[in-house]
Amino acid sequence: MGFFERLLKIDRRIIFTLIAIAIAMPLFFDVSMYVETTSEVRGVFTAVDTLSAGSKVLISFDFDPGSMPELQPMAESFFRHCFSRDLKVIVMGLWPQGPLQANWALDVILNEPDIKAKNLQYGVDYVNLGYTAGNEVVIQRMGSNIHAAFPADYYGTPLDDIPLMKGVRNFDNIDFVYNLSAGYPGTMEWVQFAADRFRATLGAGNTAVQAPLMYPYLGKRQLVGILGGMKGAAEYEVLAQRPARGVRYMFSQGIAHAVVIFFVIVGNVAYFATRKKRKES
Amino acid sequence: MHPSPDIGIWIGALLTLGIFSFLYGDNPYYKFCEALFVGVSAGHWFVTLFWTVFVAKMIRNVEIGLNTFITQGFSAGMADYVHWSYIFGGILGFLMLLRLFPKIGWISRWSLAFVVGTTSGLFFINYLVSNGLRQVEKSILSLGAEFWFGNLILVVGTFCGLIYFFFSKEHKGAFGGLARVGIWFLMITFGATFGYTVMSRMSLLIGRMDYLLGNWLGLIG
Repeated sequence: MGFFERLLKIDRRIIFTLIAIAIAMPLFFDVSMYVETTSEVRGVFTAVDTLSAGSKVLISFDFDPGSMPELQPMAESFFRHCFSRDLKVIVMGLWPQGPLQANWALDVILNEPDIKAKNLQYGVDYVNLGYTAGNEVVIQRMGSNIHAAFPADYYGTPLDDIPLMKGVRNFDNIDFVYNLSAGYPGTMEWVQFAADRFRATLGAGNTAVQAPLMYPYLGKRQLVGILGGMKGAAEYEVLAQRPARGVRYMFSQGIAHAVVIFFVIVGNVAYFATRKKRKES
Repeated sequence: MHPSPDIGIWIGALLTLGIFSFLYGDNPYYKFCEALFVGVSAGHWFVTLFWTVFVAKMIRNVEIGLNTFITQGFSAGMADYVHWSYIFGGILGFLMLLRLFPKIGWISRWSLAFVVGTTSGLFFINYLVSNGLRQVEKSILSLGAEFWFGNLILVVGTFCGLIYFFFSKEHKGAFGGLARVGIWFLMITFGATFGYTVMSRMSLLIGRMDYLLGNWLGLIG
């Protein structure tokens, strides 16, 4: 058996091991890769950056722990950006695990020294409305009355008793909507109901699998911008000038992609090199 | 090396390794982790939906309605805080359970018909506007603008892609040529989507590695 035949019959476990090493090793080094920002991510960043202090931002956490590596860094950097600009944050979830993901991200950001110094108060500066069942129908309901869709917050406090929610009746009282999505219900439903129907200004952060499907919605009146996967999270951190987990993970991401590309090239070379021999046999 | 003292982290790490063990080959450890995951997921969903839908929406509203009716009798103001529509939903839900009885199982179709009908009505306009009209609007682009080349690619790609899916005419001659260009655009789209999918899967693996090496073993900061 020749060299190329042997390459084509390489045990897949060897490739798995090499990918695992390619991903694990860079985590030990504190290397920041150059991350170029794209107009899609700048769209979201600029929309938030131009809001005046006290503006209300609604963030819908429509994902669960399965998508944490991609979406949690996005959530953290977005919270950090909102709080540093003194925006009021309203959190909710169309996925049952969503509000819990939000609390984890809030725990991280509220304990950062510069944010902690602001002494932000629950119910005044930020609130977690929790999860409510109903998928896109919840968004439809929020378009007419948020208090009807969420009678109480995550901790059971009636919305009417929460200072931040006083005067917030529907999307007319929300300055920016941000959706973190890993599937259904997610960004498509927010575009269809919140942006197209109720004219909400919408930005999104998606898993890389889902992001290409959302690109057609980019542009006027639908999506002001989109963060696609871990790269999108890293770009947002770069724009906010606060490199964090997204940027740190990009080194692993880069090395792993290099290994994959290497094996794609080797596999193709071996395939074409042995094609004639296969035809003859 | 500073392994975590948190039992929850240890359980998470051992279950992660159990799922990874499938990469070597099918084994009882993997099967246990898989079964545990499916069981816990099903249980979690059942409990979540029971408390957030069945109890929070229907039972509470029926309870409020009955209590008000018993203590005050029927009053016009009841409509403000008793959501009768949930009781209607409860009845439809109950009818779905009749599938368990073959002789009267056909009644469950009423519930399904209601769901299909309302969903169609709700989505028809939204899909037409968001995925139809808005996309047509976005495809009408100026070729004299700053990004004229990108606009040109988008218009040509959309046109040729549509030609490819037009099967009422045989793909021959100039028409076939345009369809072939459409295939190229579709292949490039699928390639980009696949690239994003690879990035997504790598991201998940990075997250797990960070958990194992950082949160569990304390090897990285």
